Amino acid sequence: MPELVPAVDGFFTTDPEPALLGTRCTTCGTYHFPAETFFCRNPACDGTTLEQVTLSRRGKVWSWTMNRYPAPPPFPKTEPFEPYGVAAVELAEERMIVLGMLARDVDASALHIGDEVELSVEPHRDNETLIWTWKPVS
Amino acid sequence: MSKDVAVLGAGMHPWGKWGRNFVEYGVHAARAALADAGVDWQDIQFIAGGETVRNGYAGYVAGSSIAQALGWSGARVATAYAACASGASAIDIARARILAGLCDVALVVGADTTPKGFLAPSGGERKQDPDWLRFYLLGATNPTYFAFYARRRMELYGSTEKDWAAVKIKNARHGLNNPNARYRKEVTEEEILSSAMVSEPLRLLNICTTSDGGAAVVLTSLEYARRKGVSDPVKVSGVSTVTPKFPKTVIDLPDIATDSAAAAAPPESTFRDSIAAAAYEEAGLGPDDLDLAEVYDLSTALELDWYENIGLCKEGEAERLIRDGDTTIGGRIPVNPSGGLACFGEAVPAQAIAQVCEVTWQLRGEAQGRQVDGAKVGLTINQGLFGHGSSVILTR
Repeated sequence: MPELVPAVDGFFTTDPEPALLGTRCTTCGTYHFPAETFFCRNPACDGTTLEQVTLSRRGKVWSWTMNRYPAPPPFPKTEPFEPYGVAAVELAEERMIVLGMLARDVDASALHIGDEVELSVEPHRDNETLIWTWKPVS
Repeated sequence: MSKDVAVLGAGMHPWGKWGRNFVEYGVHAARAALADAGVDWQDIQFIAGGETVRNGYAGYVAGSSIAQALGWSGARVATAYAACASGASAIDIARARILAGLCDVALVVGADTTPKGFLAPSGGERKQDPDWLRFYLLGATNPTYFAFYARRRMELYGSTEKDWAAVKIKNARHGLNNPNARYRKEVTEEEILSSAMVSEPLRLLNICTTSDGGAAVVLTSLEYARRKGVSDPVKVSGVSTVTPKFPKTVIDLPDIATDSAAAAAPPESTFRDSIAAAAYEEAGLGPDDLDLAEVYDLSTALELDWYENIGLCKEGEAERLIRDGDTTIGGRIPVNPSGGLACFGEAVPAQAIAQVCEVTWQLRGEAQGRQVDGAKVGLTINQGLFGHGSSVILTR
């Protein structure tokens, strides 16, 4: 079986300790995800040098949902449909919220706002590419 | 100098689901608004269209498509795209031309025909498009985001499924006699609480559908309205089309992440709060002046968020308003007397204009079967994808 590659380039690493890939403005320190490479979005900053950084691997749940209806394309279609979770996670150092699917085996009914989660990487729902997910820290 | 313009006419094509060309609905609504205003199409000096870009309709041009269908008249034209806020954008452009003295009478039209099911991004593989990416990478449908907000109300403010059901029951009752509403049927708490779970904690009957429909208004200078014999017209007294302020720290569709507040402190108010604030400031009015509001109930729980965003109560107190019946017709401050999106479903570029039509009829005392007694001031509000504020304050 060929090795799976990320569903999108430049969004995350696939190390044993995977991380999201963003950029940080070298002038003001603002983080950007997905990466901005040409300009800083802080209106008080005209910085144009943005360095690639890995974002914090852990964050706290801001909110989440379990989707019980299939999303339309381009979300991968699976038969039978398998409900999937999506979480919005606050990263303390970057002071931003980043979305991600919940890891496949997560029991979402036990999840609460403020719970600590960690980034992981797993096959996307069609098992053809890799995707980043959030997984509770047990 | 007065910054008011008159709403001389309002008209709609009823909401439904037929899949016909959007131009049909737009022409129907335009003709209704023109007839209501007593203005001939060929006297319209400027036409502004609200448009949407989606699902193979990409690039359709609302202003001129409808102008051509009404019959080329030489009127000047503009088309505004601001997602759900497209209608407010079109109204703002028309108002600005009138206030600048560049024209006296303008027609604003929005119409849509919607595909079945979830709103989805345009086709193809478009990895630079955040709207495409959120579906591809995350399956982050629109209800996914509505669910985030609903979950927060639950955990932070004790909101319950019964509170959300109360919103749906209220709006369904409000819309019962609205001839333009798509759904005119009472709904019970049991039906809502047993409807299919879509995006936890939101069930099917908590989430608005997508609809076909068309809405139009004729805007004029106050002087033009007087010449037409209307000395006391409904007036547009404030329009807000603000963008967010950096760093925007609440996740909004279609984004995968918020701005970072690492280097700049978040603004004092959220984007949704700032939308209403700008409209109030323009109108020189505040929440206490309102007699009614039309808010964007994409989900029942989101209606509660709007109560707070437009200043009807403090953050975390909206549940009390719905429990006490404050926002029902006959209550302290009726919200969505039209029936809202719960009864209409969303016809994206028409919806903000439809909100203005409803408030216009309310302020004229013509909202049969759903009239808010003695209404003099009304506010409409919504938010469009990609950072588009939309709020209109109407007075009489």
